[in-house]
Parts: sequence; structure tokens; C-alpha cells
Amino acid sequence: MHLNEEELEVLRIIENNSRIDLKDLAKMTDLSEADIEVTLKKLEDMRVIVRYSTVINWAKVDEYHGVTAMIDVKVTPKRGVGFDEVAKRIYKFKEVQSVYLMSGAYDLSVIVEGRSMNEVANFVSEKLSTLDSVISTTTHFIMKKYKHDGTIFDQTEEDKRIVVSP
Amino acid sequence: MIKTSYVSRTIADLRPSGIRRFFDLAANLEGVVSLGVGEPDFVTSWAVREAAINSLEEGFTSYTANAGLYELRAEISGYMEKQFHVSYRPEDQIIVTVGASQALDITLRTILNPGEEVIVVEPCFVAYAPLVTMAGGIPVTVQTSRADDFKLTPEQLEAAITPKTKAVLICSPNNPTGTQLGQEELVMLAEIVKKHDLLVISDEIYAELAYDEQFTSFAAIDGMLERTIVINGFSKGFAMTGWRLGFVCAPKEISEAMLKLHQYAMMCAPTMAQHAALEALKHGMQDVEDMRRSYRRRRNYIVKSFNEMGLDCHNPGGAFYAFPSIEKTGMTSMEFAERLLTEELVAVVPGDVFGKSGEGHIRCSYASSMEQLQEALKRMERFMNNHCK
Repeated sequence: MHLNEEELEVLRIIENNSRIDLKDLAKMTDLSEADIEVTLKKLEDMRVIVRYSTVINWAKVDEYHGVTAMIDVKVTPKRGVGFDEVAKRIYKFKEVQSVYLMSGAYDLSVIVEGRSMNEVANFVSEKLSTLDSVISTTTHFIMKKYKHDGTIFDQTEEDKRIVVSP
Repeated sequence: MIKTSYVSRTIADLRPSGIRRFFDLAANLEGVVSLGVGEPDFVTSWAVREAAINSLEEGFTSYTANAGLYELRAEISGYMEKQFHVSYRPEDQIIVTVGASQALDITLRTILNPGEEVIVVEPCFVAYAPLVTMAGGIPVTVQTSRADDFKLTPEQLEAAITPKTKAVLICSPNNPTGTQLGQEELVMLAEIVKKHDLLVISDEIYAELAYDEQFTSFAAIDGMLERTIVINGFSKGFAMTGWRLGFVCAPKEISEAMLKLHQYAMMCAPTMAQHAALEALKHGMQDVEDMRRSYRRRRNYIVKSFNEMGLDCHNPGGAFYAFPSIEKTGMTSMEFAERLLTEELVAVVPGDVFGKSGEGHIRCSYASSMEQLQEALKRMERFMNNHCK
């Protein structure tokens, strides 16, 4: 679907700050507050805007014990439905955070979160690799997140400019 | 015994920049939110910084050709053609300089005979008139007004011309007003320039930061290529102020003369910065686009906010400055800026440092994060409520 420049601009802004005040959003664009509400509603209805989420650096939280793994999955596509059917069987598991169809050496990239390595390992061996269409899996555990969704986690870049300049 | 000064009269007579004084005031206070910064808030993109690091690792630490790396000049030539539809040969029409400032300096020193006049359109960058003076010329200032959106009118230009006039120095989009001259306005000015056989020195350092209208280079106006000297650089659009890298494009006769001056006075622009600029031109245009979008949002935000709080502000078409009127407060711009700084810890630049017609205004740079802008605007609104009943 085609979006106009104002709609694109709204998306670009809220992609980086979904908590932004509607009033501020209106001030930053050429739209009124009412226009913004209409635009957001339209984009939500079209599921262009799917969800408003928050990027959290869980590694900083002592109480968090989760682990994340990226799993390369080779599958046999099925006549008529291609990869969609097996992808669906996989993404319906609540442990699965993301599923992408990939070009290259394997077919599906599956991101799985669990409370421990053991839990993820069990999911892979009992649920994922036992699916009929799955030929093989390669599991990579994430050890440290440096940057996520365009944001560097340890960034503390201060303003190095002089206070007043011509 | 009569004591002779060791300093030349020309330099002794120069007024120190009003910005300097304001910097000293602001730098000694804690917790200042500054709208006084005349440079991008973006750090140079990593790809560009990485290219400079690589050039060091590869050992590119020697001089380049006086006019700059040929490869860079060729890229600049392509860039000028693609962005602004003007053709300059990399061989003899483009010189890579130490910032746009040096480009301006060698331009003025190359074209001016002692006593010749340069029309300087105020409010403008603080260095223009002093640079003309230091080059042995006489700056003739023209005062634009808010009623004309700070645009130079053909009548004003015509009235400022004397038999000694050599050139007109124009900056669009402008620092400090943000005003951008459109194609039709340039055409009208060009007619007068041609009629009186003048040169135009067109400072286009903010060309990449035009938000509403397509930017038009003065050199792209019919018949102006042979009488325009274009000053540009990487500081603003590419967020590379500290690299000190600019360039000047001119008719061959002028650029060859400029190169003599440049080779004796500067040798060449820094090699590492030239390698960085090469990367910026080759692969950095998407970054420029992203930054332009970001400034535009903040421009919209700050201008609407100023008008809401009673600071009348015209809509600046480019650069990253808003130039609201503070007349309602009854204060001079210096008084306003000093009180705003001491009472609310917000630094802005008083408009009069950019020329007489800047009086009654303040320059507010919106090259700051949204959080900083919002804080500054909150404080300014309080200030306005306290001083403007």
C-alpha cells in the first residue's frame, strides 16, 4: 500500500519513540493533532503499525535469567504452501519470538527465548526438530547484546560541542 | 619615546565577535541548555570516521595536491552537477579548502583591490565584514528586515551599488535567519548583478539543509556561472565541522588565481579530512537525507512553540536556526539574551551580533536533541510569562 509523505513521517518518528505526545508529534509534522489521531488509527487498522513496544536491556536487571538463541532451521517446503505452513507451525509456539524466511544456506531463522539453556535445548530437541518438515537445526545462543533494533545499549555519548558558536 | 603598536591598525580596529563575549558568559554557568550552538548535534557518521581511521592506517599522511586530492575534486564536481546542476571541472575550477571559512578568505583576497567594496547582506555570519576588511576591501552592509522575511530585495541591492562595488556576498539558507532565497528571487538579483558587472560570492554551506523548497544555487541562474563564486563544504550538511573541510568553485580565471594564494598560504587542506570527505560524498548522502528530515521536524516544533509563547517567528526555510522577534518584551536583544541566560540558564545568541538589523531578534539553534529543545522551550515560556504580561 502507498503511504503519503506525512504518514511516512509519522511512522519514522514513532518508530524511535512510540511514547511521544500527540501534541508534540503534531508540532513536528505538518499535521494537526486530529489529523495525527486519524493517521495513527488508519495505520493501526491496516496493521502497518503492529504494536507499540519498548526496547529493554534485560542484561542490566539482576532478576532476569532469560537466554535467547537464534536457530537456523532447514525445512522441506510443501507443494502449494511453500514455507508458510511449517513457519506457522513454528511461530505458534509461545517460546518463539521471531521467525524469518531466509535466503542462503538455511530456510528459517527462529529466535527462541527461554529461562535457561536447558529449556531452550529441550524446546529444540522435543518440539522444533521433531516437526515433519524440519530437516536440521543449528542453535546459536546469544551471549551479549551490543546493539538491538538500531540502538546501542552502552551508548553514553555526551554533547562535545562548545556552548555557543557562530 | 612614542610607543608604536605591534599590531596592525586593520586588526586592532576589528571589533571582537559579540559571540565570543556570550560564549564566555555561558561557559561559566552550570546547567545551561544551549540553543547557541552553530553546528550540527550529530556526530560525523561512523562510515566517514572509519574512512579517516583507515586512511591513517594506510599511511596517507603526506600533502595532497594544492587544490586537494584529484579524486575528491572529481567527486565534488559530480556532486555539484547532480545536486545543483552546475558544472565545474575538477582540473581547474575546484579548490578544496580548510573549511568554508578559508574558501571565503581566499576568495575575497583574490578578487579585491584596496578600497573596493563588497556588499554584505545582514543579518549574516559574523565573519563576513571582518574578512572583507582583512582582504583590504570595504564591507558595505545592507540591512534586510523581517517584513521581507530577511530577503535581500532588488531595490536594496541596486541602492547599495557604487562605482567601487566589486561583489555581493550572500548566504542562503542564511545564518542566523534561516531564510532561503528562491529561484525567482535569485533571478531578479542576478539581473542587477549582471547590469553592474559584479561578482556574486554565494555561501552555500547550508544548501543541503533546505526544508520546504528545492535549493537553487546562484551559479545555476542563467548567465551567472561566469560571475559566481560558490562557497560550500562538509561542515553543516555532512555534520563534519571539526574536520575543517570546505571547497570553492569558481570560473577558471578566478580559481587559478585563488590557487596561487592557497598554495602559498595553506599548501593544502588536511589529508585525513579529505579522505573522510571522499567517503561522505561517495556513500553519505542517505545520512544527509536522514539528518535533514530530523532538522525539519525540530524546525517545525520550535517555530510553532515560539509563536505560541508570543515570540513572533517567521518560518525559516533552511539551515538550523530560528530567528524570533523579541520586540514584545521591550528589551534589546543583548539584554534579553543575558537575562534569559542568568534567569533561566538558556543560551541563545543576541541578534545584533549578526548586524544592525538583527537587533530585536535572537538566534536559536535547533540543532539539539528534542529533550534539550523541550527543556529550553519550557524555560523560555516561563521567561516570557514573567516579562511579557
